[in-house]
Amino acid sequence: MEIIEGRNLHYRELNQRVRGLLANGADRLVLRGVNGQRYIGAGLTDQACLEIEGTAGNNLGAMMNGPSVSVAGNAQDGVGNTMFSGKIAVWGRAGDIVGYGMRGGTILIRGDAGWRIGIHMKSSADRHPVIIIGGTAGGFLGEYMAGGTIVVLGMTGDGINPTDTVNPLVGNYVASGMHGGTIFVRGTAPQWQISNQVRVEFVKPAQCGELLLRIREFADEFGLDCSGLLQETFARITPLGVRPYAHLYDHSA
Amino acid sequence: MPRSLMQPEFLVQRDKERCIECKTCVRQCGFGVHEYEEARGVLVSNDSECVSCRRCVVFCPTGALQIKKNEAYRENSYWTEDRLRDLRRQAEFGGTLLTGMGCDRTYPIYFDHILLNASQVTNPPIDPLREPIETRVYIGRRPEKPVPASASGCGIPLTGMPMQVSAEVPAAVSAEMPCEMPKGAATVELGEMAKGPTTVESGEMATEMPPAVKLEIPVIFSAMSFGSISKNAILSIARAAASLGTMFNTGEGGMHRDLEPYKDHMIVQVASGRFGVDPSYLNAGRIIEIKIGQGAKPGIGGHLPGEKVGEEIALTRGIPRGSDAISPAPHHDIYSIEDLRQLIYTAKEATEYRKPVSVKIAAVHNVAAIASGAARAGADIIAVDGLRGGTGAAPKMIRDNVGLPIELAISAVDRRLRREGLREKVFLIAGGGIRCSADLAKIICLGADAAYIGTAALLALGCHLCHKCYTGNCSWGIATQNPYLTRRINPELGSQRLINLLTAWSHELKEIMGAMGINAIESLRGNRLQLRGVGLPENELRELEIKQAGEAM
Repeated sequence: MEIIEGRNLHYRELNQRVRGLLANGADRLVLRGVNGQRYIGAGLTDQACLEIEGTAGNNLGAMMNGPSVSVAGNAQDGVGNTMFSGKIAVWGRAGDIVGYGMRGGTILIRGDAGWRIGIHMKSSADRHPVIIIGGTAGGFLGEYMAGGTIVVLGMTGDGINPTDTVNPLVGNYVASGMHGGTIFVRGTAPQWQISNQVRVEFVKPAQCGELLLRIREFADEFGLDCSGLLQETFARITPLGVRPYAHLYDHSA
Repeated sequence: MPRSLMQPEFLVQRDKERCIECKTCVRQCGFGVHEYEEARGVLVSNDSECVSCRRCVVFCPTGALQIKKNEAYRENSYWTEDRLRDLRRQAEFGGTLLTGMGCDRTYPIYFDHILLNASQVTNPPIDPLREPIETRVYIGRRPEKPVPASASGCGIPLTGMPMQVSAEVPAAVSAEMPCEMPKGAATVELGEMAKGPTTVESGEMATEMPPAVKLEIPVIFSAMSFGSISKNAILSIARAAASLGTMFNTGEGGMHRDLEPYKDHMIVQVASGRFGVDPSYLNAGRIIEIKIGQGAKPGIGGHLPGEKVGEEIALTRGIPRGSDAISPAPHHDIYSIEDLRQLIYTAKEATEYRKPVSVKIAAVHNVAAIASGAARAGADIIAVDGLRGGTGAAPKMIRDNVGLPIELAISAVDRRLRREGLREKVFLIAGGGIRCSADLAKIICLGADAAYIGTAALLALGCHLCHKCYTGNCSWGIATQNPYLTRRINPELGSQRLINLLTAWSHELKEIMGAMGINAIESLRGNRLQLRGVGLPENELRELEIKQAGEAM
């Protein structure tokens, strides 16, 4: 295990040290005193563990392919931006655009996440990206989503009142333009919050293998008892088709 | 309901005397116009499907075919045929009209109103047959001043370029700074690079150069993705780029494995859909280009319809077969210049500062300020794509009505960057409607370092500008994924045509430069004294910063 003292280091120097240690064969790095340095882990292709203590700056793990990153603290915007494979676990909260254009790997946020989570995530024959949010997510969740899985567990806050006309765990415009993948949101799915390009069904984790798997994955990662969630109802949101905007165009010529 | 009001746009005329009923036309047409009626034993043509791509005309062995414009509409100089046709089609089918290639409307073509200079007596012309004329350029960021080797990895200070200008000109003011800046307020600080000491060690400069890529000719093949065009078309372009010592651009289609041998000549594009983007893709190319916009459809994203996403495209783009490949209009992680800076530096971090990063923007009314922002955000290269730039598919109203001619755009960008002290730091590429070597020379004189060509390259491969790229039926085997059609392009023969074209342009460019008495692109760039306007009003001359023909030096 190698330790990097991150306090007062410019991001470029911090990231250079990370790369240097990994090149020398280190497989577990602890980054202490991180205070907002950007691009940590960006583009790394090593199968290494990065343990970050403090606040990870924007674009943590962007475009990375392989490493396993954990943040004992919060992360700012762009966690796992255009990520290809690997794992990012944030023990606190995360900012906006988590997992934008993400192609594979797993992002777990123990607390709340910001707006525009999982926009344009996509899967392919051999990759399936997953984002699990322990708390709540802001507006535009899963916009243009083309594949993969997003789960919003909503374990923070006051919980859900089924008679309410709003699901407080997510913002507005959920799944706009969605044409692939699955979103699970705990609780209700008020029509005004969710795009009309999707199908909504209600499932319990016991009936839905994938949801159960993701809840267990989340519980294992953070050492939490999530058994209470197994009794909860989740809205499962899937696209109506893979061509959401085909009807807008003139195909006569 | 009346029957359809749509009339065929073109009429196929078959000369029965010449036709030998060989059925070549039936096989050649990608749109199914020609048909052999077995029962009657005759060849018939379905005019309404004809797009006038002239494949059948070119391939008819006896010259029996001609395509004529169908004068189906009563002449009206306001309600032109194009307007009537579009309106009727929308009335019948609804929906956004799609088109392909570049804007074909009759806006002024400034290239055709600009004349080049030549030397006579006082400054003798140079004979390119006897004397070397340098067309080589280096694409990437230029260090403005020598930088001490110890400062950082590759000559860029750790802080990069500051986002604000000096104290005299607050950032908020500078964004709207008029072209004519007041004297005394024009000093723009360029970070520690400009202030840093010049280190001279043992008589040698200790400057480390930022990454740059050599181009033997100032022409680069612009972004055309696998999906918008066929693999054979891309391979033709890639081979030609490698042979000519220039670059090609993957577009937002990811990198097909067959492009591996040409990756030293490859620009990899990152657009809003992030298709095929991963560390190996970023590291494969020599240059990374962040695509913000495209001249053919500024402000509009990309959209490869699901029916074109077959096995190979799905694999290259990293998406399932049959799924729409949507690139949203904005990058959803870029809502500001500061955000653009983050993506630029993410790309730089991900590739350890070994690749120049380009930002491609469409020429729009505020293009100069946007280019200035991109330069401040850390772009090493700025590519500006003009109104005439092509596309595989775009809404017709956008293509034909949004943007700026590249001549005006590049002039405005060059002027803005010069006045803010940024021009020497970035490499400027002009794209969108470069048709010949004279256009190339003129756009360089207006401020570009090099030009992107897309349409010109496809024309060399056989494109006949039928504007139907979005249908995927391209009879010429270019804008299609139908294997029966794509086989029509042989990468070896295709690349030879492109090599021929650019070799000819290169000779012509040298002759143009030699005639001016100029022997390097560096001396041609921004050299507006070599240009004169004919038939342009004063405000257009001012925008282009060129003098009226007849005015002396």
